[in-house]
Amino acid sequence: MLEIEIDGKQVTVEDGSTIMDAATKIGAFVPHFCYHKKLSIAASCRMCLVQVEKAPKPLPACATPVTNGMKVWTRSEQAVKAQKGVMEFLLINHPLDCPICDQGGECQLQDLAVGYGGSQSRYEEEKRVVFNKNLGPLVSTDMTRCINCTRCVRFTTEIAGQMELGQAFRGEHAEIMPFVEKTVDSELSGNIIDLCPVGALTSKPFRFSARTWELARRRSVSPHDSLGSNLIVQVKHDVVKRVLPFENEDINECWLSDKDRFSYEGLNSEDRLTVPMLKQDGVWKETDWQTALEFAANGLRKTAKQNGPDSIGALASPHATIEELYLLQKFTRAIGSDSVDFRLRQSDFRADGFREGAPWLGMPISEVASLNRLFVIGSFLRKDSPLLAQRVRQAAKRGLHVSAINASAEEWLLPVKNRVLTAPSAIVPVLLQVVAALAAEKGVNAAEHLGAAIPATVSDEARAIAQSLASGRKVAVWVGNLAVQSEYASEIQQLAEEIARLTGGVFGVIGEAANSVGGYLAKAVPLVGGLNARQMLEQPRKAYLLLNAEPDLDFANPALAQTVLGAAPLVIALSAFKSPSLLAAADVLLPIAPFTETSGTFVNCEGRAQNFNAVARPLGDTRPGWKVLRVLGNLLEFEGFDQNDSEAVAAEALAEGSRPDLGNRLYGLEFKFAGQTAAGFERVSDVSIYAADPLVRRATSLQKTRDAKAPVACASTATLAAIGVASGARVRLKQGQGAAEVLIVADDSVAANCVRVAAANAATAALGAMCGEISVERV
Amino acid sequence: MLSQESLQQIDREIAKYPPDQKQSAVMSALRIAQVEKGWLPKEVIEFVADYLGMPAIAAYEVASFYNMYDLEPVGRHKITVCTNLPCALSGGVHAADYLKEKLGIDFNETTPDGKFTLKEGECMGACGDAPVLLVNNHHMCSWMTKEKIDQILAELEDK
Repeated sequence: MLEIEIDGKQVTVEDGSTIMDAATKIGAFVPHFCYHKKLSIAASCRMCLVQVEKAPKPLPACATPVTNGMKVWTRSEQAVKAQKGVMEFLLINHPLDCPICDQGGECQLQDLAVGYGGSQSRYEEEKRVVFNKNLGPLVSTDMTRCINCTRCVRFTTEIAGQMELGQAFRGEHAEIMPFVEKTVDSELSGNIIDLCPVGALTSKPFRFSARTWELARRRSVSPHDSLGSNLIVQVKHDVVKRVLPFENEDINECWLSDKDRFSYEGLNSEDRLTVPMLKQDGVWKETDWQTALEFAANGLRKTAKQNGPDSIGALASPHATIEELYLLQKFTRAIGSDSVDFRLRQSDFRADGFREGAPWLGMPISEVASLNRLFVIGSFLRKDSPLLAQRVRQAAKRGLHVSAINASAEEWLLPVKNRVLTAPSAIVPVLLQVVAALAAEKGVNAAEHLGAAIPATVSDEARAIAQSLASGRKVAVWVGNLAVQSEYASEIQQLAEEIARLTGGVFGVIGEAANSVGGYLAKAVPLVGGLNARQMLEQPRKAYLLLNAEPDLDFANPALAQTVLGAAPLVIALSAFKSPSLLAAADVLLPIAPFTETSGTFVNCEGRAQNFNAVARPLGDTRPGWKVLRVLGNLLEFEGFDQNDSEAVAAEALAEGSRPDLGNRLYGLEFKFAGQTAAGFERVSDVSIYAADPLVRRATSLQKTRDAKAPVACASTATLAAIGVASGARVRLKQGQGAAEVLIVADDSVAANCVRVAAANAATAALGAMCGEISVERV
Repeated sequence: MLSQESLQQIDREIAKYPPDQKQSAVMSALRIAQVEKGWLPKEVIEFVADYLGMPAIAAYEVASFYNMYDLEPVGRHKITVCTNLPCALSGGVHAADYLKEKLGIDFNETTPDGKFTLKEGECMGACGDAPVLLVNNHHMCSWMTKEKIDQILAELEDK
């Protein structure tokens, strides 16, 4: 620890701290542009010059290490003179266009110029002009305003993991640019807008649509991935204009993924359902709430009477709030049916009834930093959980060894020590080998229930993973979306649990959506013999309640979902959006509020319940989903549907004792692995990052990004040769009854004998299950 | 993209550094590439970056920082005139003006026959010889008088 005096105040800081750290500790503000607590030190702006005793000249606070007994003045005459001098230089080339600059009012240069800038420039020569760059559909540039702090460059390199921006040329000609004619395609790219201390990088979707001081700032929680990033939603006249991160060191730090940041555009999409609608004789008519609700209630009453309550099923999106999910299951159970599920993209439910509790990450998100071994099973980590991947990336820099097994070795932009690339059906055998190698390594026996399944021989790659994990101090084994959605999900989870047990580590489930944990807590799953999401479609029901789910895009088997829901006599859809598939399948559409127009709660992957309030008034006749379900309960005269506000629903849903606990262990589930069965090619499906839920699918700018390109099928060069088509050819993919025509390209990051094709896309919605056999034909 | 010989030369440069720091060879690699191609098109920069396992923009930062790398096509002979202070005081500007007049081009331009490109250079560390100019990045010419310039141009004209 070092003693230092800043502006006459004594402060003790850790060895290796800088003057900036010490100043922050005592709350002394040192003006700065290039310094950012999460980025490396550049000391390129020189704005943080301070006076240091015995130093012959002012020193940059951000890059000067503290020495014992150092005396620093941040506001002395020498310091202020230096800071003002730097400011004068920075303003020489900066255009005076604040009145038309989107950054105006929230600009660090503007703010500091008030304190340190001259009222008039002494510079009379020509100013520098820098041409704008096209960084893609999300980030807009005005490069003449750039002060070359290089925060954006350091962000792409250090946080996003790929240097997509650089500082080219030199001296006065230096400019920030991507490589010639490239765009910034990172899934975290929006953060460079926040980082830019001037108006050089601004938000393209937000451009020129409001001034910062006109916006009301309201807190919310992201409805997308399982992290539950904290948001500041900025609203003008009840329209969401922009979304910024709310700093929460435990969850999203000061970052947001582009999905969280730009999905708000979907809120104002033309697809918004604003009036209740009824289908009469095949024709959709707008109606009022009373009629629509009575139609729904009567329909359900009639179906329950004629076909029994079991003929009614409820299917909800895992992006729905706790309140909606809880009331949906309560309502379905009040009718007398136990068939309610929110795990629409899963296909293996054999673990139901054997679960210790709600599957979760098994650890707080912030503890990722202290892991030193991580094994990720079946996950598209970077695209499915961008900020969790970011945390892993930072931990990897500090010595975390990452091992991974997946059917597709996509680039995570972090060092992966051991990577096994294998077909989905072969993940279980490899995991069994890892268990065998670990047991041998540790000199213990594998769990009894695995018994005979443990193989005698172990491949080198499985042994390498086992050795890596066995040498760990703090180990985690995470199961990702591909694993959870796979047909072998229960075996994979059993083995992940065993691997975690053998290594003394933590077994965690990353989670697909904002409420993947919450859905279990809200009991939106069958508990006493009801049907799960898959069974509800395989054994068609007479009536369905659909909560925020689109038949063609939100289900594990979209072909089946569309057929079954289309044929069902009654489908009541609660949705914020209308879509062709909903219009085709549903009989009544009830407009419910998206996350910005209702209060609600999401439970994120670390089990943290985060509630939020509405930030805008509901659009048109839209109503919060929980209220609609409550009124439906009242119409059918059920008890327990008299909550006054969403807090009451959440309190009831999350009451200790009545809700399940968090827990990943599987008790008493027999380990039955039939072995590889797929004769042809196996389908590998990811849900592409901007297609996962109805809101993000309608975010226009995100849909223009590279990540949202029309899906192509990918297969390894060898697989393509086996099929007999060239890369770039058009092929017909077939699964059972479903078929789709797409381009197929060679991609050696896909496991042999697999065809990777994205789900949740109109182009592939006619296909069958997200996993299993798929055939490929030339067209 | 690059010839086998160039790649061998680059490999020799890479071997000078630890295997996980291949990108240390970026300056040599770009130089070797430029010698072969005459200048550095973006595809070549990208190729070199990929070859060294570094981001393309990082190689571009290097290529655009140093003015001996040419990001645009140059003539057969590139003449770089120093116009920094010591040269300027000793007639560097006049030498440049004479060259411009003689070749009929300005800085950063190439003669229509593709023979000469004129560039403005920074200090070449030979201020005692001022004014100086550099031919094709390799050959330094000192004490540039009009006569000497005429002589050099005549020699280059024949090459």
